[in-house]
Amino acid sequence: MDLIESVFRGLHESAGINLTILYDPFDRSRFWAGFLMTVYLAATSVAASVVVGVMGAAAQKSPFAPLRWFTDGYVAFFRNTPPLVQMYFFFFGLGSITPTVPDDLGFPTPLIGNVVWAIVALALFAGAFNVEIFRSGVEAVPRGIAEAATALGLTRLQSYRLVVLPLAFRICLPALNNNLVNLVKTTTLAYAIGVPEMLYVSNQIWSDALNVPEMMTTLLILYIGLVTALVWAMHRWERALRLPGFGER
Amino acid sequence: MTTRPTRRRTIAGAIAACLAFAAPLPASAQQAGDTLGRILREGVLKVGVRADYRPWGFRNPAGEFVGMEIEMAKDVAATLGVRPEFVPVVAANRMQFLAQGQIDLMIATMSDTAERRRVVGIVHPNYYSSGFNVLLPKQVTTSDWNALRGRQLCAIQGAWYNRPATERYGVEILAFTGIAEVETALRQRRCVGWLYDDNLIAVMLASGQWNDFHMPLPSQSDTPWGLAVRLDDLDKPWGRFMSGMVAYWHRSGKLLAWEKEAGIAESAFLRRMHEALKDHIQ
Repeated sequence: MDLIESVFRGLHESAGINLTILYDPFDRSRFWAGFLMTVYLAATSVAASVVVGVMGAAAQKSPFAPLRWFTDGYVAFFRNTPPLVQMYFFFFGLGSITPTVPDDLGFPTPLIGNVVWAIVALALFAGAFNVEIFRSGVEAVPRGIAEAATALGLTRLQSYRLVVLPLAFRICLPALNNNLVNLVKTTTLAYAIGVPEMLYVSNQIWSDALNVPEMMTTLLILYIGLVTALVWAMHRWERALRLPGFGER
Repeated sequence: MTTRPTRRRTIAGAIAACLAFAAPLPASAQQAGDTLGRILREGVLKVGVRADYRPWGFRNPAGEFVGMEIEMAKDVAATLGVRPEFVPVVAANRMQFLAQGQIDLMIATMSDTAERRRVVGIVHPNYYSSGFNVLLPKQVTTSDWNALRGRQLCAIQGAWYNRPATERYGVEILAFTGIAEVETALRQRRCVGWLYDDNLIAVMLASGQWNDFHMPLPSQSDTPWGLAVRLDDLDKPWGRFMSGMVAYWHRSGKLLAWEKEAGIAESAFLRRMHEALKDHIQ
């Protein structure tokens, strides 16, 4: 560790490349915490947005009309507004009317913190796209298959869960992939409401150390790494789910 | 940042040199050693002040200069028995105004740094000081920074004091891009207080819009302010006279009184200087 520190301290002195995150313990620990926060935001919002997408696609086909209207309204609202505006809206707009709890000093403090609001905003934003992505998958499953399932005595929900959705999933994985990659990159918007993710801590580090080009490069490389990891996992999943005779041979 | 003022100074220097050749008897060269005598002879003290830095130096609705630093300048003029003439300066041009002779004294919220001492004559003792502090609700009465350990403070993203506050006192920073977001977050109680420049907190407190808040902690990372004369006046009668004025203000408690008059919360620096210089007999 000492060797790494002295190498990068020397790099700063000799070449002017100032990677404080590799030799300054304070910067290193906050950057690492920022990286973990980005991974946490990405993982939770990806999972939540997929759940939202599956449920929304089912609700769109519901025989209960108000549920369909609600789902369509949700999709329209979140697909047609910028995610940064949504983030501000949730944190400052909704945050001002959500319940508060008194802290140890007796102040009423908001129950929901900025990290939770960020995950909610990201999940609902990407979820709206996922609803449409899953709908495309569901509608691509031949109607006869669903009818056969019904003929075998499955209920509407059972046929959706056990027959239609598994097939739809395979069809819409590439589109889902795209949206989730976008979601990982959209986590950077959480910096606007003070969530200490990677962009936020980098901003603070380059303000202190005036090493903007170095930190920008570091950020780009790390985001490429994160997205590559996600895409690799999704491709593996896609291959594992492949059905002989269905879709790509 | 560093090259442009230098270049501007070089250009200003070139212009000044041209003027020096053109004018047969340049005033500043002739009277360099006797600024004090010239001010007394002319009966006018030209002093550079801020017109945009409430409540240290600003204009009231009638267009008159008012503020703590204006009171200081008026007191200098009164002591000399001359008329003060205020010249508005901003941070970017205040040292040039002084060096070129448009003003003979500069009292303009300037921090005392090594680089600036090479350009203008900064008079000692320092007359004020600023650092970072926390705007806290009145219910929080602690005067110990360590009581804030682990607490969330709102701040502006990229501010230089975010790091020292975290490193020294373990506070958690919730930083936003703009002042409006910080204000909203503070009012929504997303943080205990606002980590900010202590002068600007004092200004906010003076505005009357933050009556439920106060600033009970001692300021950190203090950087003293200095008033300035031309570099070659510093060890001449004019510089020495101004040194005496500042020392007298500290000793008599006038700076504390002016600060209070301007509606600024009492600064620890002024209290400390007053305690050190006050009359030991009375």
